[in-house]
Amino acid sequence: MSKEIVFSSETLEVVNKLIRRYPEGRHKSALLPVLHVAQAEFDGWLSPEVMDYVASILNIKPIEVYEVASFYSMFNLHPVGKCLLEVCQTGPCMLNGADDLVAHFEKKLNIKVGETTEDGMFTLKTVECLGSCGTAPMLQCGADYHENLDAEKADALLEKLRTENKRSRYC
Amino acid sequence: MGRKLLLEHVNVPGIETLEVYRKMGGYSAAEKALKTMAPDDITEEVKKSGLRGRGGAGFPAGMKWSFIDKKSEKPRYLVCNADESEPGTFKDRYLMEKIPHSLIEGMIVSSFALGAKTSYIYIRGEYFYVLRILEKAIEEAYAAGLLGKNILGTDYSLDLYVQIGGGAYICGEETALLESLEGKRGNPRMKPPFPAISGLYASPTVVNNVETIAAVPHIVNITGDEYAKIGIGRSTGTKLISASGHINKPGTYEIELGLSVEEFIYSDEYCGGIKGGRKLKALIAGGSSVPILPAHLITKTATGEPRLMTYESLSEGGFVSGTMLGSGGFIVMDDSTCIVRHTWTLARFYHHESCGQCSPCREGTGWMEKVLHRIEHGHGTMKDIDLLVDIAKKIEGNTICPLGDAAAWPIASAIRHFREEFEYHVKNPDKIQDPKHFYHQPFVSEVVNATPEVN
Repeated sequence: MSKEIVFSSETLEVVNKLIRRYPEGRHKSALLPVLHVAQAEFDGWLSPEVMDYVASILNIKPIEVYEVASFYSMFNLHPVGKCLLEVCQTGPCMLNGADDLVAHFEKKLNIKVGETTEDGMFTLKTVECLGSCGTAPMLQCGADYHENLDAEKADALLEKLRTENKRSRYC
Repeated sequence: MGRKLLLEHVNVPGIETLEVYRKMGGYSAAEKALKTMAPDDITEEVKKSGLRGRGGAGFPAGMKWSFIDKKSEKPRYLVCNADESEPGTFKDRYLMEKIPHSLIEGMIVSSFALGAKTSYIYIRGEYFYVLRILEKAIEEAYAAGLLGKNILGTDYSLDLYVQIGGGAYICGEETALLESLEGKRGNPRMKPPFPAISGLYASPTVVNNVETIAAVPHIVNITGDEYAKIGIGRSTGTKLISASGHINKPGTYEIELGLSVEEFIYSDEYCGGIKGGRKLKALIAGGSSVPILPAHLITKTATGEPRLMTYESLSEGGFVSGTMLGSGGFIVMDDSTCIVRHTWTLARFYHHESCGQCSPCREGTGWMEKVLHRIEHGHGTMKDIDLLVDIAKKIEGNTICPLGDAAAWPIASAIRHFREEFEYHVKNPDKIQDPKHFYHQPFVSEVVNATPEVN
């Protein structure tokens, strides 16, 4: 399935609006926001071709995009499942049962952290502090925070995501 | 009830909208500042208020503002640091989500004081939904003539944008944040030059935390002198504390600086005591980077004075028996907590978040994580404990930015106060197989009284 790598005209408008936020000649500042837009538009990950396209849009060198995309944890450099489950596992979440939550997902989805279910629906990822320590344990899926989770709520969430069958996206 | 400024109206329905925010007195500071005050008067009020940076370092905000290079012909920038990523800290998120206009008003007043014509709020990438809330509020503010050209009919014009990050703790360090805002990797810069001289796009820039900026309108409204009357000594005003861990009422609270730690933990107005009636074991008072305190040093200092929620009282005793107020990320641990496991998760965090520029941090954080992993999983040796102390010492002070220190302190302090627990892991590998090994049978140190008589 090869899709032509070009932003839709509506997306291009959003991107151009982003670029106009910065002073003349500082369009590179738009790189992070544009990468988020690109990731959302092209199946939830940034292939080398997508990164090259972003470089051409911003008129910068491809390496300037690669080095940034590989630095920040929210940019996926490999394909991911339709729903990326990012479970926080840092201190405060650990105190409130993040280990149990991760183990529950591993068992329920029959995958290990970092893997994707066979049907391509879920990728399980552990992440560091998401600023939701008072509502731990929690996970992020797309832009949504799912907080105060336990096994029951986790199962209900999986069910809901499966029914909706939509790709999770930050923007 | 302590005095509330930032969160006074947090429970008013619709406070996230411009209409209700204005009805509750919002944007009166913007009116007052732009129409009746000179920019330097505002800086003077902020200086008088004694307001200290609420992001963690606690540097006096007015003084930081006064460093901005006014002789430069380049444009000046105000950048708000909303990259809240310090484990245990979620106060800025709460404030932005509930009362977005308080930050926008703060940005208007502060930008005016600094002479900035364009300002940015840099928000961590994971807070995308908060970005949407802020953008909606900014749109309302533009439509009402509070942003854009000739704000409130004055000569002052300001454009305000929210920039989204990509998921990197290091971008909370101000120069890394500026690099990221320029579309680069978040590698901290060498200082000097400080951002006040050469910051965003090599122009004079001030970077302030969300809570610091949101406090400015209140200072303008009540005057710096009045603000300075709240709190104790050099810890003036109110502070947002985000409380988490084993407590009955986790959440974000606004306190008057000077409240006792005991009241904060046990009073129903705040944390509401330890969950499940268990005993208090340890506290991280100001975000994961500050030294951990064992139970007997939490409510009282080493000299027996009541411990207060102030910059000074929390750091009483230095790193031997004190800690820091930091970002206000207040993590409470009960007696079921394994300090080794908790410390390991923090080491893993700093390893993951090190930008990789400086060898001591890039390599050292990884070594510490590895060694802690092996102690926690029953493969450690006694030498490993000293090795951790040695690595921590070699990272501390040897890096461009404070992430190295931030990674070293929690580990060094955990060993300082809970060494016996690390030794227990080495000596009893069979008893720590279950990750929740202290849940049923808490570890009680012979040296440290881990369960003080506090109610």
